[in-house]
Amino acid sequence: MDAPLTGEGAHIGKSVVIKGELSGSEDLYVDGSVEGKIELRNHRLTVGPNGIVKADVSAKAVVIQGKLDGSVNASERVELRKSAVVTGDVTTQRIAIEEGAFLKGKVDVQREAGKAAPASS
Amino acid sequence: MKFFRSSSNQAAGSSVPQKLTRRSSGMGEVSRLLNSQEGLCVLDMGSTSANNIRFFTGKGHKNYSEDLLRSSLDPALRIQDAAGNSVLDSKRFLDENLKYANAHFDIVLCWNLPDYMEESLVKPTIDRLWSVMKPGGYLLAFFHTREAGPDSTCYRYHVTGTDMLEMQEVKFAPPGRPASEKQSPRLQRVFNNRHIENLFRDFASIKFFLARDAIREVLVVR
Repeated sequence: MDAPLTGEGAHIGKSVVIKGELSGSEDLYVDGSVEGKIELRNHRLTVGPNGIVKADVSAKAVVIQGKLDGSVNASERVELRKSAVVTGDVTTQRIAIEEGAFLKGKVDVQREAGKAAPASS
Repeated sequence: MKFFRSSSNQAAGSSVPQKLTRRSSGMGEVSRLLNSQEGLCVLDMGSTSANNIRFFTGKGHKNYSEDLLRSSLDPALRIQDAAGNSVLDSKRFLDENLKYANAHFDIVLCWNLPDYMEESLVKPTIDRLWSVMKPGGYLLAFFHTREAGPDSTCYRYHVTGTDMLEMQEVKFAPPGRPASEKQSPRLQRVFNNRHIENLFRDFASIKFFLARDAIREVLVVR
């Protein structure tokens, strides 16, 4: 599930514009515009299809359907959906990229101890 | 200049792009370099491919993705020349793309980019690649032969083995058009051997591999 349809997690709607630093201890769904920095540590960031994020992002998992301009650091996994447009370096353990996604930048797949680093379509 | 094939040329009823495979002598040579060293910097200039990221990072190399063909379709790059013709701003294109330190990459995978990219961008792009490649670095590019028609399919290439590639048709929506109007880019020109040698004249050496599918693979050493 990408969008928090219930009360779980925070939701930034598509008409919302935020400039500054965002941090939190719950999942975040961004379908609006965020410029600055996003830090969620042990939680998931989802950039919705209307989302425009210009920020360095740090989270446990990052799912991108919209646009992201900045570095992505996900301790667990990154998913680029088919409508994703990402400009920036990606550092993660696992990355999944749907056909049609656009990525411009370096991908650093860090290996878990004793495991190979997977990437999947 | 047309960048997309007309819709009448599209395969009827095929919503899922077909995947084909081909053996690549050029990729085989690149793989020998990949297997002989660690920590190489690889620039993949095709459509973003999870296969390729897995292939390169799995061998301990650094993978960079930059889909220049798609970037070149940005309508913001279009300007008017003195005669009022719509042209691509190659200076701005290079200001926004391929921004790397000199001598950064060991391997550059151009795939079929020069055949599908607008003419005015090809030479400046190759010149920039010369700058960002390390001396002795490899560049792999594919060029159509004269037998190829203007409607030759534009493919993205997924590395599936040492010298094996999976080919998948590339389709983009023209700038400003919805995704439902995706079309395959149109072959812009066919380079002959002399054109190719001129294109890479600043490089140290060039090797041609002829294939059966109207493609010449070209491996260039910086």
